[in-house]
Order: sequence, then structure tokens, then C-alpha cells
Amino acid sequence: MSSTPPSSKLGSLDYAPALESKSSATIAAHYGLFIEGAFREASSSQSFSSINPATEEELTTISQANAADVDAAVASARKAYDSVWSKMPGAERGKYLYRIARIIQERSRELAVVETLDNGKPIRESRDVDVPTAAAHFFYYAGWADKLEHAGFGPSPRPLGVAGQIVPWNFPLLMAAWKLAPALATGNTCVLKPAETTSLSAMVLADILQQADLPPGVVNIITGDGSTGAALVAHPGVDKIAFTGSTGVGRQIQRSLATTTKHVTLELGGKGANIVFDDAPLDETVEGIIDGIFFNQGHVCCAGSRLLVQESIADDILARLLRRVDQLRVGDPMDKNTDVGAINSAEQLERIRVLANAGDEEGATRYTSSCELPKKGFWFAPTVFSNVAQTHRIAREEIFGPVLSVLTFRTPEEAIAKANNTTYGLACGVWSEKGSRTLWAAQRLRAGVVWANTYNRFDPTSPFGGVRESGFGREGGRHGLEGYLDV
Amino acid sequence: MKSKVGDHAQSVDNVVTLVTSPGPRIDSEAHLVATLKALPGVDAVGVEARVAKLATRSIKTSAKKEALDLALSMVDLTTLEGADTFQKVRSLCTKAMLPDPRDASVPSVAAVCVYPDLVALAKDVVKGSSVKVASVATAFPSGRASMKVKLADVEEAVSAGADEIDMVIDRGAFLSGQLGRVYEEIVAVKEACGTAHLKVILETGELVTYDNVRKASWLAMLAGADFIKTSTGKVSVSATRPVALVMLEAVRDFADVYGQKIGVKVAGGIRTSKDAIRYLVLVNETAGSAWLSPDLFRFGASSLLNDLLMQRQKLASGVYVRSDEFSVD
Repeated sequence: MSSTPPSSKLGSLDYAPALESKSSATIAAHYGLFIEGAFREASSSQSFSSINPATEEELTTISQANAADVDAAVASARKAYDSVWSKMPGAERGKYLYRIARIIQERSRELAVVETLDNGKPIRESRDVDVPTAAAHFFYYAGWADKLEHAGFGPSPRPLGVAGQIVPWNFPLLMAAWKLAPALATGNTCVLKPAETTSLSAMVLADILQQADLPPGVVNIITGDGSTGAALVAHPGVDKIAFTGSTGVGRQIQRSLATTTKHVTLELGGKGANIVFDDAPLDETVEGIIDGIFFNQGHVCCAGSRLLVQESIADDILARLLRRVDQLRVGDPMDKNTDVGAINSAEQLERIRVLANAGDEEGATRYTSSCELPKKGFWFAPTVFSNVAQTHRIAREEIFGPVLSVLTFRTPEEAIAKANNTTYGLACGVWSEKGSRTLWAAQRLRAGVVWANTYNRFDPTSPFGGVRESGFGREGGRHGLEGYLDV
Repeated sequence: MKSKVGDHAQSVDNVVTLVTSPGPRIDSEAHLVATLKALPGVDAVGVEARVAKLATRSIKTSAKKEALDLALSMVDLTTLEGADTFQKVRSLCTKAMLPDPRDASVPSVAAVCVYPDLVALAKDVVKGSSVKVASVATAFPSGRASMKVKLADVEEAVSAGADEIDMVIDRGAFLSGQLGRVYEEIVAVKEACGTAHLKVILETGELVTYDNVRKASWLAMLAGADFIKTSTGKVSVSATRPVALVMLEAVRDFADVYGQKIGVKVAGGIRTSKDAIRYLVLVNETAGSAWLSPDLFRFGASSLLNDLLMQRQKLASGVYVRSDEFSVD
């Protein structure tokens, strides 16, 4: 681990390193594929290494699943669907989900440590957000399992069958929970494919599923790169594909499914606008802007990566924002006082650099946090671009990193026009103390989610999803059941 | 590639400096009302979320030692009971100067805080030390007396030698919108204080909303408070961290506008070191390091002192001692 403590310019109270202990998690030297309730080696015997992005040290090696393995996983899921899961009463399925939720809570420290080591996100976030929210999703959908006939989808809604679920690297465990919990509650069986760089928490989850005595084959977990995901999408035995990831891959998936009868839901990229009106609660707004873009290093599809500030308060907001950016503690993700951790991969770091450089070239004003960055690992200092124009690449393309683009507006109409002038439509934030103005804005924003005086809040009871190039289908809430029911 | 905070300003020569010009900050009640009305609102959910997040800061080892000593040096060791005796105050003052007689490295506390009739006694005991004597005044804790009585109360405490006066605002006047009256009272008390420092108690438990706390904080600062203080400790809701956060934002912003640093005192209900350290984290990450000093941040407390001593001892030796190792007063 890097020995440099996270730096904070503000305050003479120097926080001593407060490292979370790694001892609560045991990481095996190698992980196989989880098929039919047991781990097994990939048929090709090939594996790839999983590294800690904060140190570039290898954590473990993981099996690379090929088409034959995907076939085995889908066959296992089909068998479990036909023989056990589709016949089981909802109340019984619910019991398994409750049990999984409780074990996630019991093993929360282990899961948080694994997630942070593997992903690079601060332990505070994996401990306080990822893991508890994952458990909450299982608890929530456990409650639906025996009440599906009251969900508004007809008297006896049927499951789809085998669901292929591909999750991204930004919230590995949480996204797996978002996918698995509603699918299992509605009676589907699953083949889950974690992202190549972040498979570890799914391996712990597999262990949890065993511990919960989930019948073999109800959930299968196959690891690997994009080819594994492509094989899963193309597999004829899959009835439904649920994908969270980039718009580019989402497009490929939709293209390959166009001639099939498979159901599909896509949760893709975004370029969320955080709109600040001049009557906003300033201090809380600044915190919300910070949460909106620096939470999880900005690796958030719904990140508030475009800040739209009303001209009359732009200077004030920007000064407060930059003061706060300098205060962010960047460094060792295992330190409990770290605010911003490591970028997940070298590849992603390069993408962030390219886009940030485009910001410079196009004439925006860059402000970089004065924090010191560790020598090893993948790091990008929190960055704010002001004087950004709507035409700049940094105002249009998803950066997926700790980079904020600040634009201004004069009238509410201009704010809406700018916010909607994107090919995406995942999330927006509106900051105002005036309720009528917030509702007026929310009605006009083309986005799946609009947050009022907050940002990046996730709750299992609330549906989440996008419009336009941010995808379709909803996860969470009653709406989240629909994607796994034959309705 | 780095740029300064001000770089974004489009035309620097257009900046007009109104607020730092000399002269009275407030020239009429209408001006006062307009100034307070122009303050940005406080989003309660956001304030509480920020406080909850900062409560997860993990202050360990060397940082904890530093924080405990800092907190010790910020204590206004307080006794405000009808049953206060001369002996109790004498004991309190002795303890304030030398909190742990066996360990000279323990810093003395910032001040003792007593009723006006005990100021002379306290002053006599702490003579020659760095410990200040603070006195509550202005018909503490309710503030329900005529202006004449309030000023007499202050004058008595000041002439007895009080270094600091903790006044209460007229919450009835504030809540009923008589902001000018509250302002004038503070101005008059400030004048009666002479060289004594003035802490203005907002009694935030009675102001209820964060918006009121922000407004009252600015009102007190504009009227000349040296410190703004949360509570008397005599109503059911005393200091809370969200309220402290709003007040710390107020002093930070006031310093940005007027270039003058006002202190913050949190009082009532702070009993544990853990709680005290959480307040210090709030100070550190809101107002900043300049406020991490007894000149600008205080804890009004009594039982907190022994917990700080106990935690300090635990950090040094690795084991807890029994509570009777420390004196009760």
C-alpha cells in the first residue's frame, strides 16, 4: 500500500493514517467459475490476473470463461429453472433472498475490504454505500417474491427463464445485487458476468450463495473479458439480457439481439447535468456537486459531470467549490479518511487523460486539486474545468472520472435547453429552495432520474434507469420487477 | 495547468468592493432585515448528511492525541447551578488551571464559566494563570428581563473582573421578527462589556430551524459578537453538530466578507471525547485550521473534561483507569 497519507490542506489537525485491516478478507490465490453451485476450472484452463489499482499488485488470478463454459453455465441455469426455481412458491424464494441479504450484512466488512482492494474505491464508500445498499436490494426484493400478483403486472406474472446479466466495474457488488435480486425474486435463474477488472466481490458473493444453500444452478457466475460477455449475449439458451455498462457495448448488444426473441434492458452512460439556481442552499449545493462528481472517483454512470450554474452566483459557487476540491483527501483507498480513491484501470486513466487534455486544447480553464498523488497505482487528481462551452468535448462526452465541467446559464429556459442538449438521459440534479421552480425544471428535463437538492442517492425502492442513449428499462422499485417478468 | 481560484472571473476591473468599506455594517432595521433575508437557505437534509459523513472520520493515534489536547485547551469549564458553592467554584478553578495534578503536560482549560456573583471569587483563584473567567449575564438563561436589568447584570460581572461575558439573545424578539431589537441589545451589551469578550448565546434549541440559526448567527456577528454560542444548556435541545456546522459556515463566510474571525462556542450535552473530536473535525473541515484554537473555538462543558483526561491517559498508557482517579469538580 502507498505510505503517503491522504493530504488535506485545510486544518492543522493532521489525520493520522487510519487503515482498515485487510485481515477480515481472505483472498484465494485463484478463483474458478461458479457453475451448478460449485467452483470449477475453465475448460480452457486459461486465467487472467486481477490487480489492486491503488498499488498495481496482483491480488489473485481468475478463470477466463469461453463459449463452452458459457454453455455449461446457461445449461446449469436452465436445469435449475426447470427443476427447482420456477416451481418454488414465491414465499420460499423470498426466504433465500432474505438469507442472502442477512449474510451480506454479516460479512459486510469482508465484502467492503475485497471491493476496495479490487476496485480502488475508498473503504468509506464500500463500507457505507456499496455493501449496505447491496444488502438493502436483496431485502427489498425478498419482500416482493410472494406478492408479485399485486405488483400491477396481472394476476399471475410469469418469469422469463434464464437471465444473462453483465455488470460493470464501478459498483461490482452493488450492480450484481441490482441484477440478481429482482431476477431471483421473480423466479428467474441467472448467469452473472462480472467485469474483467473487478470479479472478486462476485467470488465472495458466490461463497455467500453457497452459505445460503441456494439450490445449485440458480445463480452461476462466469468470469472473463468482453468475449465471455459476447458469448453470453449470443447464447440461444438465454431469455433475457440485462446489461449495465458503456453506450458503445450497449449498442453492440442491442444489434446482436435484434433478430432474436430475447428480452433486454440496458443501463448505459450519461452526462448528468447538475443545475444550480440562484436561490439554491449554497453550502449543501457545493457538497452535492462534490458528491455528484467525485463520489467513486466519478466512475458513476449518473455522475453530475456537467455543472450548470446560474450566472449571478457562478463566481461564488465556483470559489466555494474549488476550496472544497482542495480539501478532498485523495490516496490510499484502505484509509478510512480517504475521500477519493484510485482510478480502476490504466485503460480508464488513459481515457480520462485524453478527455481532460481535450478540455485544455479547447480552451476551458482547468483547476487541479493540490493533493499529492501516490507514486504507484492509477490516480487522477480531482479536476474542475470552468469556462466550458456547450460545444466542448468535456461537455458532451462521458469522461467517467473525477472531472467536472462548469457551464453557466442566465434564464431557467437556458438551463433546461443546455441540460437536455445531450445524447444521454440518465440523471440530472436541480438545486433551488423554491419548490415550484424545482418541479418546473423536473418536468422539462429529459432524464430517467431527477434529484432535487441532492445527488447520487440510491434506494432499492426507487426505480433507476435512463432514456435515449442512456438505455431503457428500470432497476429498483416495483418497476424493477417488470424487466424480469413476461408482461 | 494549475490556476488560481479567481481565474474564472471574467472582468476583474468590474469588481466593486462594497462590504469592506469602513463605517457601520448596519445602518437601519430595514438594512438589517434585508441583509439577513439575503442569506442563502439551509437544506436540512444536506446539513445532516454532511455531518453524518464527517462523523465517519477516523481520528487515531497521533491525531487523537493532538485532538484531545486541543479539546482540553478549548474547554470552558462550567458550573451554572443554583446550588453552586464557593468551594465548588474554587475547586473548579483549581482544576481548570491544572486539570490533572499528576501530569503537568496536560494543558489548562480556556476558561471557567460561572454566574456573575461568583466571578470575583473565580478571578481570585485563577489569578496569574492563563485561565479566563467567563460569566453568563443578561438574565441568563431565559433573557426575560428589561434592558436595564440586563445591562446591570453585565456591568456587575465586568466590574467583578470577568474576561468574557456569555449573553443570551431575546429569542422571543427574534422569533417574532423584532430583529432590530435583538441587534440593539447585543450592541448595548457589547458596549457594556468594555474590553471583555462577548459571546452571544443564540439558544438554537429554541430557534428550531437551521435557517433561523444562520440568520441569528449573522445578526449576532453584525452586532459585534466576538463569539457565537449555541446554547445555555438549560433547555432540552442543546448543541448539536448540524447546528454547529451551520454556525461554522457562518463564521467562515463572515470572515470572507469582513475579514474578521468570529469564534464559535458549542455548549450543553457534550460529554465524551468522541463527541468533542467530531466537533473538531467539523471545525477543521468547515471553518479551517485558523479556528482550531481556544481563541476561536470553545466547548462549554463540565463532565467532558474528565472524559478527555481519561482518554488521554488511556492513549498514553494503553489502559483505562477508574473514573475516581479524576476529581469530580
